[in-house]
Amino acid sequence: MTKRYSFFPGCSLERGGAAYSYLQSTLAIAAPLNLEFVEIDDWNCCGATEYISLNRMAAYALVARNLAQAAQCDGLREMVAPCSACFLNLSKADAYLQDDRALADKVNIALAAGGLNYKPGSVTTRHLLDILVNDVGYDAIAAQVTKPLKGLRVAPYYGCLIVRPGFHDKFDDHEYPLTLDKLMKTLGAEVVDFPMKAHCCGGHMTQISEASAFEMIRRLVKGAADYNADVMVTVCPMCQLNLDAFQGAMNRYYKSDYKMPVLYFTQMLGLAFGMSASNLGIGSELVDARAALAKIGIEVPSSELPPARKSRRAKEALPMPAMPNREIEEVNG
Amino acid sequence: MTTPNPDLASQSPITLETKFLNQVLASTPAHSHLEMCIQCGTCGGSCPSGADMDYTPRQLFALIRAGARDQVLHSRAPWFCVSCYYCMVRCPQDIHITDVMYTLKRMAVKSKMYDDSTAPDFSKTFINWVENFGRSFELGLMSQHMIKHNPFGVFKIADMGVGMVTKGRIGFTPKRIKGMDGLKAILAKAKELEARDDEAL
Repeated sequence: MTKRYSFFPGCSLERGGAAYSYLQSTLAIAAPLNLEFVEIDDWNCCGATEYISLNRMAAYALVARNLAQAAQCDGLREMVAPCSACFLNLSKADAYLQDDRALADKVNIALAAGGLNYKPGSVTTRHLLDILVNDVGYDAIAAQVTKPLKGLRVAPYYGCLIVRPGFHDKFDDHEYPLTLDKLMKTLGAEVVDFPMKAHCCGGHMTQISEASAFEMIRRLVKGAADYNADVMVTVCPMCQLNLDAFQGAMNRYYKSDYKMPVLYFTQMLGLAFGMSASNLGIGSELVDARAALAKIGIEVPSSELPPARKSRRAKEALPMPAMPNREIEEVNG
Repeated sequence: MTTPNPDLASQSPITLETKFLNQVLASTPAHSHLEMCIQCGTCGGSCPSGADMDYTPRQLFALIRAGARDQVLHSRAPWFCVSCYYCMVRCPQDIHITDVMYTLKRMAVKSKMYDDSTAPDFSKTFINWVENFGRSFELGLMSQHMIKHNPFGVFKIADMGVGMVTKGRIGFTPKRIKGMDGLKAILAKAKELEARDDEAL
């Protein structure tokens, strides 16, 4: 039977966002697992860790607008968030609104200015990993595995926010979680010991203090490399961005040479279900995962552009104002 | 009968300076239990960025209880908190440490006591996109922030930028939600209520 949930993708998972491949792979595995995700109408940013750093009431109102929108979503009472930060903000706001009556009353006065209302406790936000291991279950997932990830050494990386603080819906241990370990074993992968599995990736520190950020990234990548992992598997767009996109900058900072690919757990599920790597958005990571996946006989078509075009782009040095090459190609025919 | 220590007896009775502690408690949503700190130091020992802080959370909490407002709000410690909640789940007194750190950031910004504007400006830029579009916008956020705070950093991460572009992981236009007017009204009302709360403190 199909299980239905309301769905909060979050800004990073949108098309053109840094974690679009996470959305692609999430939607790809939903169908065979009989999951139906109904995107909530006109959702807004959860505020990440920034909004609440400068505003208190408005930060809770920002999140509560999403909860109010979710409460109107097709009578669904459970909302899935694949992003750990969105999951944390949505579940935390709901918990605090339930615990703090004065806060809830004021947030509702604010919501009323936009024609909305939210009764605390009426929507439960859950992370996608929680849904997969507890609602779908390991057995039902195992039943879909057609290409076991046998021989692939995986470091399961949970990060912080899905296991901490765990307000009204704690689903795994705060410090030594095991659900992702078991899930990867279900797919046939070899799970390496990874003591850093629930340590922080540094969040926004790459933008605040390089020394602080790169040290946190280094610890994690080194931890996975020390246990000879072929790939780190993550459940969060921020973790993936820090570990994957900033791995090169971290290597330069420490004069190290780590090449640790970082994939989403949903991509691993898709591969084990026999789906093609490109349909799962694999190939969009900056640390090449092809060598690791070749170990288990999975070929990833190159998403790189022709070398001539690429070198021309690199000489221009400043990537920010440039148009995406794909669009340039389309325009040029 | 003589007083054992006449010097002490002549002093006024010791009073605890609790105004600042009460302000922090009142400005932190739900019940933070900050007043329950037993100074065990589990928080600092659990902190992944503790080495970068001038005061550990334990020291900060002692300063808050001592009423050392300026010292606390000038501290860089809250700005190095990465919101990982490690301290919070380990705290034997169930103090919502991460939430207290957010409160200290807000107070430092409101009273202009932060010494380094990098982190507050990053938050401001992020918020600016959210308040005008309803969604965050990675390219706008990072480029605006780097131009102001780390202009040469652009060259250091040029290869990453090229990679993100060629892999299609950077959007070039921000997306605006439909209900932007409603969201603006909600946020304006919430800020008005927050300002009223702050005045009452």
